[in-house]
Amino acid sequence: MKVISAKDLELDEPQFKHCTGTRNACKLCTPLGACLAFRGVEGAIPFLHGSQGCSTYIRRYLISHFREPIDIASSNFSEDSAVFGGASNFKAGVANVVRQYKPKMVAVATTCLSETIGEDMTRLFHDYMKEEWFEGHPHMVKVSTPSYSGTHIDGFHAAVRALVATLAVPGDRTRRVNLFSGMVSAADLRYLKEVLEDHKVPYTLLPDYSESMDGETWSEYEKLQSGGTPIADIMASGCAQTSIEFGRTLSEYPSAGKFLSERFNVPNRQLGLPIGIRETDAFFEALAEVSGEPTPVKHTRERGRLVDSLIDGHKYVFEKRAIVYGEEDLVVGIASFLSEIGVVPVLCASGGKSGRLKRSLHDAIPTLDDRTHIHDGIDFAQIGEMADTLRADFIIGSSKGYQLSRKLDVPLIRIGFPIHDRIGGHRVLHLGYRGAQSLYDTIVNALMDVKQTNSPIGYSYL
Amino acid sequence: MKPVPPSQPEIGILPVREASIVEVGKAEGGIACNKHSAAGSVSQRACVFCGSRVVLYPIADALHLVHGPIGCAAYTWDIRGALSSGPQIHRNSFSTDLQELDVIYGGEKKLYHALVELIEMYKPNAAFVYSTCIVGVIGDDVNAVCKRVAAEKGIPVLPVNSEGFKGTKKDGYRAACEAVYKLVGTGSTDDIPPHSINILGDFNLAGETWIIKEYYKRIGVNVVSCITGDARVEDIRHAHGAHLNLVQCSGSMAHLAKMMERDYQIPIKRVSYFGIEDMSAALYETAKFFSDDPTIMERAQELVREEVATIYPQLRAYREKLQGKKAAIYVGGAFKAFSLVRALKMLGMTTAVVGSQTGGPEDYKQLQEMCDPGTIIVDDTNPLELAKFCLEKDVDLLIGGVKERPIAYKMGIGFCDHNHERKEPLAGFIGMANFAREVYSSVASPVWQFAPRRAAKLKAAAAQLNGGKA
Ligand code: SF4
Ligand code: SF4
Repeated sequence: MKVISAKDLELDEPQFKHCTGTRNACKLCTPLGACLAFRGVEGAIPFLHGSQGCSTYIRRYLISHFREPIDIASSNFSEDSAVFGGASNFKAGVANVVRQYKPKMVAVATTCLSETIGEDMTRLFHDYMKEEWFEGHPHMVKVSTPSYSGTHIDGFHAAVRALVATLAVPGDRTRRVNLFSGMVSAADLRYLKEVLEDHKVPYTLLPDYSESMDGETWSEYEKLQSGGTPIADIMASGCAQTSIEFGRTLSEYPSAGKFLSERFNVPNRQLGLPIGIRETDAFFEALAEVSGEPTPVKHTRERGRLVDSLIDGHKYVFEKRAIVYGEEDLVVGIASFLSEIGVVPVLCASGGKSGRLKRSLHDAIPTLDDRTHIHDGIDFAQIGEMADTLRADFIIGSSKGYQLSRKLDVPLIRIGFPIHDRIGGHRVLHLGYRGAQSLYDTIVNALMDVKQTNSPIGYSYL
Repeated sequence: MKPVPPSQPEIGILPVREASIVEVGKAEGGIACNKHSAAGSVSQRACVFCGSRVVLYPIADALHLVHGPIGCAAYTWDIRGALSSGPQIHRNSFSTDLQELDVIYGGEKKLYHALVELIEMYKPNAAFVYSTCIVGVIGDDVNAVCKRVAAEKGIPVLPVNSEGFKGTKKDGYRAACEAVYKLVGTGSTDDIPPHSINILGDFNLAGETWIIKEYYKRIGVNVVSCITGDARVEDIRHAHGAHLNLVQCSGSMAHLAKMMERDYQIPIKRVSYFGIEDMSAALYETAKFFSDDPTIMERAQELVREEVATIYPQLRAYREKLQGKKAAIYVGGAFKAFSLVRALKMLGMTTAVVGSQTGGPEDYKQLQEMCDPGTIIVDDTNPLELAKFCLEKDVDLLIGGVKERPIAYKMGIGFCDHNHERKEPLAGFIGMANFAREVYSSVASPVWQFAPRRAAKLKAAAAQLNGGKA
């Protein structure tokens, strides 16, 4: 058994190499986020304006996580398009997609290539509609998503904003609540719908890929998987009583909630992702307020059982050290939860660079101290270099941390996106009391497993 | 049960795609291929960069730097099953991660610094620099940067002209061959024994190169270099000392082999290591080529006998279970498709649909000849077409890559991964046994009975049976 002396507890400041290039990115490119968000709209087909490769790579990446088909069309630039512009490819491409998929919406995102050659998308849309529009033509939405500024999360939020900006209409205030969840799992979305329904308020949850990206096996071929936020709901978001938007790092971001508040005076509440007890409490308080319904007993009971289990297991996790990585808001939520259960998030790292990570972490976790190192705009090689001196007990984030967990010989708690080395990544529940419960059980059990495995005695009773 | 969406439209074929599809026995003449994918059609293809990256990636002691914005590099981080017996530099994803200002002012400086730093950090024996789409537009002089760094650092720094939009995956293969060819001929050939070959176009997925190499060793043939399975820069430098190039993987390495034939007079043989027939043929062809030593042929025959005897009982057992099942094949190269058609036949299965992303006119002609009437042959298909044909032909199995997998599963069809991401070795004799088990473990699984389409069919069949009895 290792005896810990006071000396062991002193740690060197973790170091990492500064490098001009990125080594094993802890981020993905902008259009990926946009495509996922768009696939959360009923009958929408994502369409990338650029080269074929981007759409194929993004599809493959999403498929490996969700294990669901996702069709993403491409205008498929050739050398000519790169020189003379992609107008004709765009027109032909959209026309083909409309004919073949009969979608309710063609949701266009740009790529690095079309942005670099300075494609004027407004003009392309205008020209297309002038020539090709017909009665009953699908809706057209566009978003600008160059990957050289931002990450997949920016693409996601920009797409959500583009959807409301294009479709929301003004009108008399209704009881409706808009919920912009951010990039969460299919299980999270289902959970949010259940919570909203339990509060008996009409809602617009945008996007909602809980079915389109986690559907049943088909009895007949589905060109575009069913499910998704109904377009009518997006339109109605302009008359909602309130928007709730998850993401502490969004405070300066031109988000969907902000758009609706500026354009249609729909009040916007920005909350942290409801991960762990306090952030979930804030969400349920907000819901009680806007719905006029007290938190349903079902959920207070879930909270109660969660608290009870935290007490049962607290010794197993206390002052364990964790490395948290991923999208900034996910990192904030997870770190907040870990702090609640006595785990020290020794490193909070993200490839994102909103400039708000540090602030958001301190806002969410008032007790945060200098044992926690915070780095944005960072890659996995750098996380690995810092890990050398951090003595983490476990790491928590996407599959992409697997090599690190193997090197450190500590468990990897798989959350977020992508989960490419396990089944059911999209069914991981992170949100709410229920999500906290399953995260907690997973973490505690992983640590118990380490203890059991490393014990020379092999207790079957812990 | 989920309600069927209203007015489900027929899955139509886009008019621009019609010429790329034929049914064996129905149409005369060829098939349209080698084309740029149609705009708006959801092609299963990737891009030029993807082709280059696939081919060069297994060179394990080289640095692979993707010059461009982050996505192209991020999506190709450690996704291939190409194994290395030593260094693992290739399993990293390095990118210049171009930002807005780089796009405006050019990325050459960033590329230079990134290269120098990474070479210092990882000490590779060579570096490949892949140009992605926007590099082709912002006009960076990648060649100049590579030259400068090569001079400063004393290792080959090889530009790969793989801008995504400048063609198809095939052009990416070509660009990769051009880049790697710069290494060939830079080493000495003094110590190369007679009866030496290069293995071209095997990428050591799940350790396949090791299996093949072992076979050649056993029959007394020396392998100079594998390009690029488990490759090292040093081996490639000597590759021109081999007496024969064995080229697997249609297309990807033909260009390299041709250049070596032109400049070093190394003859070429096209081979495949999938399936018993093709694997045996590859060994026999090699033995025939080195007929000055008849013991090579003797050993080859001995090896084939031994290996086949080992796996044959297994295959026979699988064959009994798989007899009469129908398969659809959609793979990258047409040559692999040939092998699969044969391998399936050996398992008692028929091929009802077969296509490739990059086949040429000759390939499709051969496919048409070797497939039964009624078989559908497609070039560069898309999910809708693939689904349509799988349903029409009511196949039991789809062989393809990860992008095809969910299409199969959603329709209640078994699936076998035969792409660059596979983690099971499918080459060689042992590979044939693995392949049979892979196919069997999907086709024979009891889960399909619950898939709605199959469940409905079972129900209908049961009703008919009961009706018959009544
Ligand atoms: S940007 Fe170009 S090179 Fe990169 S993935 Fe897309 S098509 Fe391929
Ligand atoms: S070019 Fe841009 S959009 Fe395309 S894969 Fe690369 S980073 Fe993503």
